[in-house]
Amino acid sequence: MTGYPGRVAFPPRRRRLGFRIAASLRHALGLPMLLLVAWGLVATRATSQFFPDPLAISQAFVDTWVGPAFVEDVLPSLYRLGLGVAASIVLGVAAGTVIGLAHWLRELLEPLLEFLRAIPPPVLIPVAMLLLGITDTMKVVVVVSGAVWPILLNTIEGVRATDSVMTETATSFRVTWWERLRFLVLPAASPRIMAGVRQALSVALILMVISEMFASSSGLGYRIAYFQRNYLIAEMWSGILLLGLVGVLLAVAFGLVERRVLRWYHGIREVNRA
Amino acid sequence: MRVPPARRRRALRKASLGVAGLAGFLTVWQLIPTLGLVNPQYLPYVTDVLARLAEQLVDLAFWRRLGSTMTSWAIGLTVATTAAVVLGTIVGLVPLLRRATHTTVEFLRPIPSVALIPLAVLMFGIQQRAALVIIVYASFWQVFVQVIYGVADVDVVARDTARSFGLPRRRQLSHLVLPTALPYLMTGLRLAAAVALILAITAEMVIGNPGLGRMIELSRSAGDATGLYALVVVTGLLGLVVNLVFRFIERRVLSWHQSVRGEEVW
Repeated sequence: MTGYPGRVAFPPRRRRLGFRIAASLRHALGLPMLLLVAWGLVATRATSQFFPDPLAISQAFVDTWVGPAFVEDVLPSLYRLGLGVAASIVLGVAAGTVIGLAHWLRELLEPLLEFLRAIPPPVLIPVAMLLLGITDTMKVVVVVSGAVWPILLNTIEGVRATDSVMTETATSFRVTWWERLRFLVLPAASPRIMAGVRQALSVALILMVISEMFASSSGLGYRIAYFQRNYLIAEMWSGILLLGLVGVLLAVAFGLVERRVLRWYHGIREVNRA
Repeated sequence: MRVPPARRRRALRKASLGVAGLAGFLTVWQLIPTLGLVNPQYLPYVTDVLARLAEQLVDLAFWRRLGSTMTSWAIGLTVATTAAVVLGTIVGLVPLLRRATHTTVEFLRPIPSVALIPLAVLMFGIQQRAALVIIVYASFWQVFVQVIYGVADVDVVARDTARSFGLPRRRQLSHLVLPTALPYLMTGLRLAAAVALILAITAEMVIGNPGLGRMIELSRSAGDATGLYALVVVTGLLGLVVNLVFRFIERRVLSWHQSVRGEEVW
């Protein structure tokens, strides 16, 4: 027990389960509901045509995205996004492990990587268009060129920070190179790698949208820009909403994966904290 | 304090290896069009690009465009940081607000800021204000989330001690909350500075308000590959400078903090 002297500890008051669920629901949904209602009120009162009311947006959402548009615009976008993220993870972890393990290589590449990482990724869209033309490959390359950096740099850091006692133990026991990679280096680096992947996901989503706004005839980014140019305001808002949903779903899915992959790590942290 | 020779030698080795890495990169870049692997029209010679870069540096128009990009960056970053610090402190200090805003924040934060570009264009037209909306939106969350975490991270014992000694509210803020939240705030600020720069340039590319981003888009549509690559190098250098400056500020402001002091011992 780590109670403070002088503070009397009461057992937590037991409320009924239903009451507690209601309270947490109220916290989770209260403010969004309030904001929605406020938006609706403002939208119906105001004369600005740029803020349609939530009902119009949700109607437009159903009309626009449920149906063939889902197959034509949403799925290709998600496919390119997924391909880009997967390529970034493979590339970033592989290169990061090699660079992290070799001291001289790290020193050789550090300033270069610092510079390449500092280039704002959207700037590479025109470059990729020059080199690859307006193709799907170009969009995937753009996604990779932005999303690979957080993964690469975090992997390097994670590999470098492997516990030296464990490394020496592995050497003493003559653990083979492959086994060492599989059971020591990659697990030790995995918390950092996952942190990198989390950053990479949001970068990748942004790059997917921009590359489609620039050079595409399909995809979410293209659709939203198209709606804006044609003054289809409610449809444009529904596109923004859809992008938000994609972002939230990605974050949730990643959270689940992370908890699964890093279960041992969070377990250790909890034991240490207790 | 004298630097021990072994350490100096290691630093020298590191610097020369780093320079070798950069030189190697430039050589490879030069060789690719020279050997005809890629048409020089699409990947110009590095010597041409560097020459163009030098030309730009003495061109007043270039500096004016750089100035307008950095102005949007500075205004956006300042507005976002101020709003995020004020709101983050309030939300972070009041548990009820923290619980109530959680879902809203978690929904709004992952919305890619570029999704708002069409909306910003509709509202403000092709102007700096449209770019500012995007910059502020993107960099706000970086700082806001960090400030909330930082403010909520105050040590329980320290807080109870301050309360027992009857420390007034204002001094609790300045002596307890501020030192705890400062490292978080600096991290958020560093991230926000980089994000704001990225979006300042992106917004100019997509929206077309004057600045480096529009220049990049113009050189692309004009087929001026050399100019395009020179500008990409410029944006990289700009990002590097912003990064280094904010890292320096962070170390300066947090010189008393364990994370920075710990580094200097090594």
